[in-house]
Formats: sequence, structure tokens, C-alpha cells
Amino acid sequence: MNAVLESSHDAHHHGPVNTGLKRWLFTTNHKDIGTLYLWFSFSMFLIGGVLALIIRTELFQPGLQFIEPEFFNQMTTNHGLIMVFGAIMPAFVGLANWMVPLMVGAPDMALPRMNNLSFWILPFAFTMIISTLFMPGGGPNFGWTFYAPLSTTYAPDSVTFFIFAVHIMGASSIMGSINIIATILNMRAPGMTLMKMPLFVWTWLITAYLLLAVMPVLAGVVTMMLFDIHFGTSFFNAAGGGDPVMFQHIFWFFGHPEVYIMILPAFGVVSQIIPTFARKRLFGYDSMVYATSSIAFLSFIVWAHHMFTVGMPLAGQLFFMYATMIIAVPTGVKVFNWVSTMWQGSMTFETPMLFSIAFVILFTIGGFSGLMLAITPADYQYHDTYFVVAHFHYVLVPGALFSIIAAVYYWLPKWCGRMYDESLGKIHFWLSFIGVNVTFFPQHFSGLAGMPRRVPDYAMQFADFNMISSVGAFLFGFSQVFFLYVIIKAIKSGQPASDRVWEGAHGLEWTIASPAPYHTFTEPPVFDDSEVHS
Amino acid sequence: MEKRNTKTVSKLVLMVVGMFCFAFALVPLYDLLCDITGLNGKTGDRAYKYDAAILTPDKSRLIKVNFITNTNADMPWEFYSEKGGVRVHPGELKEVVFHVKNTTSRTMVAQAVPSVSPSVAAQYFHKTECFCFTQQQLKPGEELDMPMRFIIGPEIPGNIETVSLSYALFDITELAARGSLPSGQAG
Amino acid sequence: MLNKAQLFRNAAVCVSLAATWSLGADELNMRTGVTDISKAVYDLHMIMLWVCVIIGTVVFSAMFISMLLHRKSRGAIPATFHDSLKLEFAWTIIPMAILIALAIPATGTLIEMYDTGGEELSIEVRAYQWKWQYKYLDEDLNSTFSFFSNMSTPKDQIYNKEAKGEHYLLEVDNVLRIPTNRKVRFLITSEDVIHAWWVPDFGIKRDAVPGMLNDLWTLVNEPGTYRGQCTELCGKDHGFMPIVVEAMPEADYDAWYLKQVAAESARIEALSKTFSADELMLEGEKVYASFCASCHQLDGKGVPPVFPGLAGSSVAVGARDEHLRLVYEGVPGTSMAAFGKQLDAAQLAAVVHYERHAWGNNTDDITQPRDVINLFSAP
Repeated sequence: MNAVLESSHDAHHHGPVNTGLKRWLFTTNHKDIGTLYLWFSFSMFLIGGVLALIIRTELFQPGLQFIEPEFFNQMTTNHGLIMVFGAIMPAFVGLANWMVPLMVGAPDMALPRMNNLSFWILPFAFTMIISTLFMPGGGPNFGWTFYAPLSTTYAPDSVTFFIFAVHIMGASSIMGSINIIATILNMRAPGMTLMKMPLFVWTWLITAYLLLAVMPVLAGVVTMMLFDIHFGTSFFNAAGGGDPVMFQHIFWFFGHPEVYIMILPAFGVVSQIIPTFARKRLFGYDSMVYATSSIAFLSFIVWAHHMFTVGMPLAGQLFFMYATMIIAVPTGVKVFNWVSTMWQGSMTFETPMLFSIAFVILFTIGGFSGLMLAITPADYQYHDTYFVVAHFHYVLVPGALFSIIAAVYYWLPKWCGRMYDESLGKIHFWLSFIGVNVTFFPQHFSGLAGMPRRVPDYAMQFADFNMISSVGAFLFGFSQVFFLYVIIKAIKSGQPASDRVWEGAHGLEWTIASPAPYHTFTEPPVFDDSEVHS
Repeated sequence: MEKRNTKTVSKLVLMVVGMFCFAFALVPLYDLLCDITGLNGKTGDRAYKYDAAILTPDKSRLIKVNFITNTNADMPWEFYSEKGGVRVHPGELKEVVFHVKNTTSRTMVAQAVPSVSPSVAAQYFHKTECFCFTQQQLKPGEELDMPMRFIIGPEIPGNIETVSLSYALFDITELAARGSLPSGQAG
Repeated sequence: MLNKAQLFRNAAVCVSLAATWSLGADELNMRTGVTDISKAVYDLHMIMLWVCVIIGTVVFSAMFISMLLHRKSRGAIPATFHDSLKLEFAWTIIPMAILIALAIPATGTLIEMYDTGGEELSIEVRAYQWKWQYKYLDEDLNSTFSFFSNMSTPKDQIYNKEAKGEHYLLEVDNVLRIPTNRKVRFLITSEDVIHAWWVPDFGIKRDAVPGMLNDLWTLVNEPGTYRGQCTELCGKDHGFMPIVVEAMPEADYDAWYLKQVAAESARIEALSKTFSADELMLEGEKVYASFCASCHQLDGKGVPPVFPGLAGSSVAVGARDEHLRLVYEGVPGTSMAAFGKQLDAAQLAAVVHYERHAWGNNTDDITQPRDVINLFSAP
């Protein structure tokens, strides 16, 4: 085993040492691991999507038609958990694995063996989560935010498996982040200073620090839950001197940076793609870096805006309202910079560009509803309604997810040496774009009209919007299966891609052959300013 | 390279460990914050020490204080205060008696959890004696009168006219049997 | 051509649909509500909305103009600028100024919302899985009477066996009544998990947290019936614990209140009465429907294994006192709550009598309120 691991670093080998299953189990190659992460997250995305469609099927019409409320709660909970921890986060880690070493000119990740471990513990975590659905008493049913005491005193027995699964996911994310930081800090090609790094690398560096700061807090909070449930402590149990509201404070201290963990790498991806297809350097590189850093910093002092209705003193409410509103400033700077990058460029609209433009528009809409939610008095009316559901799906689906899809189309030719079919890609884009808006835009209205979230049934006045939403969800779900087809077709029979792939592409990843050889940059490349573009 | 990586990794691991401990440090930090600001209407779990000579009732103001009693989910105990509410001057010492009775067929241990609303009033609500500082163990059918004495600090903001104090009685029979209660709660 | 004509017709239908919708804009937007606070919140919401729409229009127009003009297919040559300190400065300062302008009215409204005190009436709101309890306090803040408020939508409507009513899922057996033009203070807490009490038309929402007392107030200007729901996930029937508030003209409210106080004395008197078996069955069926049926089901079959059936169960046909005790004390660690604190002796007697004589259960005993009192006040 040791010999295998070491020899995979050996530049004399031009391909994987092992073949078949063994190749993937024992691989320490960043490209293999990146591929594993991406396929894993895609399969989780499909599973999470199926849960979403079960939810939307039940909500198609008022009344209970298909599932019982108890099962419905398990669906919402697991949909959230799987999408956040199983789909979006591993997909970004997969992209980082593939692209960070290529973009900074490193031969591999800094700690290849740990890299293998951090991926391979993930499937265990999610097998555990999904298996809880088949346990007596059912799976976690307390929402992905698992507020105590619903998740402690009142939880199903499977909560223990949920806690262990969260521990494992946390460990995986922490190891992944350590690896990414070490790679970025120590393994850059000569000449690539921090302020010349591609923005995707920058945003990941900041994201990795956020992960290191908050995943241990999440581990801490679930550990406290574990102790409350099994060892009679009273962290969140009011009876023994604890406080259920404290759970929310600690959870959201993790939870708010967590939402930026899911969006900062997306900013990075879009900041790579827009300059390429505008054939123009990214506008305001420095301010992009500072904006990302300030968003990361602010994410630590706004957590209680998730808890405006919990009954905080006025001073607290005002502080968190102001802090939250300020986030709009650096986020706005990013949007303005993207638009300025496009301004007076020479644009073409291939699929990655289409997804990136949709990202900028729809993420901004999600940002607007976020700004509305920051206004405490108005938040009382929005809180825990479908308005919130619409808001965070706008930033996560056409936000984070669209950027991942854009990244896949953008870098796929480099990964497998073959182009995807451009017209199929465009069809996929338009189906997704229409699907996502038909699904989530009406949810703003049902929320404003007063429909609470996480309900299996609703009053008659919400019926129209829910029906539209469900139709959109199925369209969106179908278009992602179509995405799978487009990708497989490209891998199997796509046209060979050139090394540069895109006319306007700059960066070290485009200086190597397509497909990227199994080992790259075994000798550090020379990085000069001609490859700077973002 | 190897050396630099080891150095980076050990720094980062230190950060992770630090943040894990920080999560647990948030618990006492949160309690401290609650004590200072009255966040969540917590009133503290220790008797208030006062000097009767210094404390002079502010006769110009009269504050309505009402008492709310409830028992958590699985606790069919009787629990009520002799009066629903009283009117007090800030700085005046007042006593109210709460009555509790175990109506079940088993011996149970209870813990009362206080909460004050509006929560800003919590930091001015001083209790010199309260059954919530201890636990109550009652045999089947046993009953008890429990006095609670309090002073409202004269520095309470002028716009507060009514203060509500709620006691939620929790069944902690199991917790007490496991002996796993924090020391501040015991006896 | 035909296709095109069809397309136009469909487009026309869509446009007219959109027009009807925006005319009935109520359905698309936040409710204005019936309190000064809810109106202030609505205004804030609209200000925010318009600010977002205007900023969005400016930014997206720039984008679309750029996408239209600066495309390679039109022969656009890429410019080389990629930095401007002035611009960066401008689009940091201007949004900052807009935000400050927005924060001012928001702060004002929030301070107004926190202005408790000066209330003329206090009501305790207690949340249970999955119902609300309302307790009215008198002048001296003594509890006068209280009642539970359960959703009253029949199961058959939920399971699509009969047509859904106008207020499907938003109707309750006992409505919370408050007077108009008087400041009402709500003291909110929970007996089990976290719930949230929300009436959109009042513009107020607050979590009900176990072991914590929250307060909230409202002053309703217009009489009417206002509906809301629990808005914090609280378990299985989270979607089925609505809130219905009737704001009554002051005189009507006072009359109703006096009647309730009288009814309360009658209830206490009834605890010493002896009922006939028929009376007990009738009352028991009502209590069962509101308190027991959501788990044990109306037909007494339950949902095994989580919620055991009562028809023929060893408890319901076993020793009477054991049965009473179980209902009174609940079963710790299960969903079976201790109903001794929710039901009075008369209701307990009736429901236990009902359970022992319904669905083919046939014990030859009768349970009177005094049996309950005797059982639980014995030292």
C-alpha cells in the first residue's frame, strides 16, 4: 500500500498505477479524487432531487395525497442535509481538487494521502444518513437546522446516526480545507504571488479558512446534542439549566458562514468564466479579493438575523439588522465588477457563459430578497415562510448550483479532452433556467401571502402558486437528468478539444494538454503575466 | 516543501482544535452575556445580596408584576402562585407564595425555570429567595408552599410598567437520578 | 401561420392572466393588515421592494445593453481597462448611503414594535404539540378562564374524501377573541418544543420557546376574523395548528368576556355533579375528537406501532383507575402527554368513560368527575 501511494508520485508513471476499482480506492492523484468528488456530489444531487420531487409532488395540490406529515418532515430534512453537505459542498471540493493544483502550477495537492481519506469517508456518512430513512421511527425529521429540543428530547432514535454522519462530514471538510490551504500557500508556481492568483483560487482559500473556523463549531454543537441525548447533560435542555435558544446561537454561528462557504467558490468560478467569454480581464481584481474577504469576515457577526423572532432585546435586533445590511455592500461590489468586466468586451455566449450570466442575474435577485429579509420589522412577516424558501433557493440553485454546472461545462474539455455538444448544452441551460424560475419565483408570492415553510399541506389560497412550483420542479429535475446525458455523451463521443479550449482563456490550466495528463507540473511552470486574466 | 506543509498543517490543526473548544466556550460566554444583558429573560440562579439600609423604595412608581406558572409536557403537577399579580414600588421587597403539588403516583423531582418578559427587565429583577435555586422532590400526593422574595431594582427604565415572571416546571426525575446536573442546580 | 396565430393567442391569454393577477395584487403581495404596525411593515416592505427593483433595473439594463452591443458577432473589440478606483469607490459609497436611508425607517418601526406597556388586556399564549392554549388574565393579572384552540378541519377534507371548505386548515374549534381599539399584550411560551405564533394581519410573529417567556402586543383597528399559522417546525402536525383571532367591537367583547367568566364558574360547579352515561358519552366524544383523535384516530384504531389503538386495548378495557392514571400522567418518553394538566376532572371522566364504551369496548363501569378528583387528591 505504501509503495503504491508513493509510486503514484513518481513522474515516470504516465497513468494510474492501479486499474479498476483499486485505482479509485487507493488513488492519491488530485485529478482522480476530484473526479470522485464530482461524481459523488452528482449522485447526491440526484438523490436530494428525488426527495425534493417527493415534496413537490405532495404539495402539488392541497390535501394529503401521497405521504404522511411525519414522512414529509423527513423528506425536507434530508433534502436539505443531502443538498448542502452531499451535493453543493463536495462539488466545490471536487472542483478545487481538479483545478487548484492546475491553476497554481502544483504537481498535486499538498497532502495526497489525506486527500484520499477525506473523500472516502464521505460515502459512509451519507450511507448512514440515507439508511436512517429505513429505520424504525424514521430518519431525522427536525429540519436541516435541527433546532433543540425537537432534535434532542423529541427526536427519533436515528438522531444518533445523524450526529455521527455530521461528524464524519465535518472531518472530511476539515481535511479537505487543510489540504487546499496548504496547496495554495506552499505550492504555487514561481512568479505567482497571492495577488496574481486566479480568483477561483482566492475564493477557495477564503472558503477553506471559513470551513476550518466553523466546521469544528458544528462538530461541537452536535457533540453537545449527543451528550444531552445519551449522557444526561443539559446544554440545550431548559430543565437542567440549559437553553434551547443557545442551540440556535451556536448553530447559526456555524450556519451563516456555512452559507457563504457555499457561495464564495461560486463567485470564484464566475470570476473565471466571465472574463474568458468577454475576452477581457476581470474588472477590479483587487476589490474582488477585498470584497470576498469582507463578506467572509461579516459572515461571523450576522448569525442572529436567522433568529429575529426568538425574542432578543432591541439592541441585539438592531445590531444584527445593521450588520446584515452591510453585507449588501461588498456583494454589490462583486456584481458591479462582473458587469463592468462584460462592458466593452467581445462576448460570445457558450454554455458556461450562459450559466454564469444567469448566475449573476438570479443570484442578485436572491441577494435582493436577502436584503429585504435583513430588515427586522419586515422579517417578522417573512420569517419561516416560503419567501425565505424562495430566497435561499435563489442563492443556492441558480447561485451555487449554476456556477458548478458552468464550471463543469467550462473545464470538462480540459478534464476529458472532449467538447460537449454546444446545442445540447444550450438546451440544458434554457430548460434549467426556465425550470428554476418557474419553481422558485412563485414561492415569493406564496410566502408573502402567508404560507409557512415545512408544511405538508396548505390553505386553498396558496394552491395556484404551489401547482406552478411543482410543475417547474419536475421540469428542473428532468433537465438535470438531461445534463447527465450531455456529459456522458461528451465524455464518450465529444469532439477533441484543443489545449487552450476557449479563445479567451488564460491561466496555467490552459497551458497543459487536453485531456490533462495524469501527472502535470512535475516541474514547476513559469508563470508570467500573459496568463493573468482574473 | 514537506517542511512548509507540516508547518502549515500544524497551524491549521491548531486552529481547528481551537475552534472546537471555542464552540464549548460559547456556552459559558452565552450565560455570561445573558447575565449581563438579560438576554432571553434569564434572571440568574443565585440569591441577590442586598443591604436593606441602602435600598429605599421609589414611592413615585408602581410596577405591575404578574406571575405565570406552567408545567412542561409530561408534568401533571399542580403549580400556581397565590396571586396572579402584585403591584410593587421599585426597591421594595415583596414576597409571593407559590403552591406545588405532586398529583401523580410516583415520586418526582422538579426544577423551576424562570423567565422574565420584557427581557430587558430581567437584569433589574432581583430575587433574594427563590425555589428555582433548588430542586423540589415530592412524594405522591405531597404538596408544598414555596415563598419567593424579590426586589425590583430602582434603576429599571421608566418605560417599563409591567413585568411578567414565568416559572416553567420541568420534570427532572431522570436527570436527578443520573446525578448529571450541573452543580449550580444541585440542592 | 396557424401555429403563429395560436402562439399569439396563447400569449394574449398569458398577458390577460398576468393582468388579472396584478389587479388582484393582494394575492401577490404582503398583506397590508389591520394594525398600525402591520401597515408600517407593509410600507417598509414596499420601500425595500422598489429600491431593489430600481437597482436591479439599472444593473440588469447595463448587463443587457452590454450583451447586446459588446458581442463578438457584432465585431466588438475588447477594451483593455480593468480597474478604476473611482468607480469602486462610487459603488461602495452609494449603496452605503442607500442602506443608511433604509435603516432609518426600519429602526423607527422596530422601536415602535418594542414599545410594550400601557396594555389594557393580557393574554397568555401557550403552545403544545399541536394546539394553542389561551388564558385570559384579569385586571390583577389573575387567570380567569382558558381554553384550547385546535384545528377543526375534518380529516376527510385533508385526505380528499370530501370537498375542502373555504378556510381549509385555517379554522379552529375555539377562536381567540380580542377587543378592537385596546392594546392587547400576549405572553407567549411553550410546553414542549419551539413553536411560533403568527398572525400576518397584525404584523407580529414570535417564537414560543419552552422555559422562556416572550411578549408581543397588538392594537387592532378593524373588527374581523384574522388567520395565521404556527411558523416554526414543531413535529408531525406543524402544518395543522392554525391561529384564528376574532377582533370584536369593544362592547361585544365585554359581553362575551362576562359570559365566559360565568361559564367558568359553571364549569367548576360541574366538577361536583353526577352525569348520566349518555351525557358522559356525548361530552367524551367531543373531548376525544379534540385531544386524542389526532394520534389514536377517530375510529380508535390508532396508527400502530407509534400510536396504539384503543379499541379493545388492554388499557381501555382494563382497570379503570389505571386507565385514568395513564391519561392523567401520560407516558414519559413517548408522545402520550400528561392530560391531567390540559383537561379538568369533568373532561377526564367523560373521555375515559367514552374510551371504555366506544368502538365495541364495553366495560360496565361509569366514571364521574368526583372519581377523578378522589383518585388524584388522595394523599
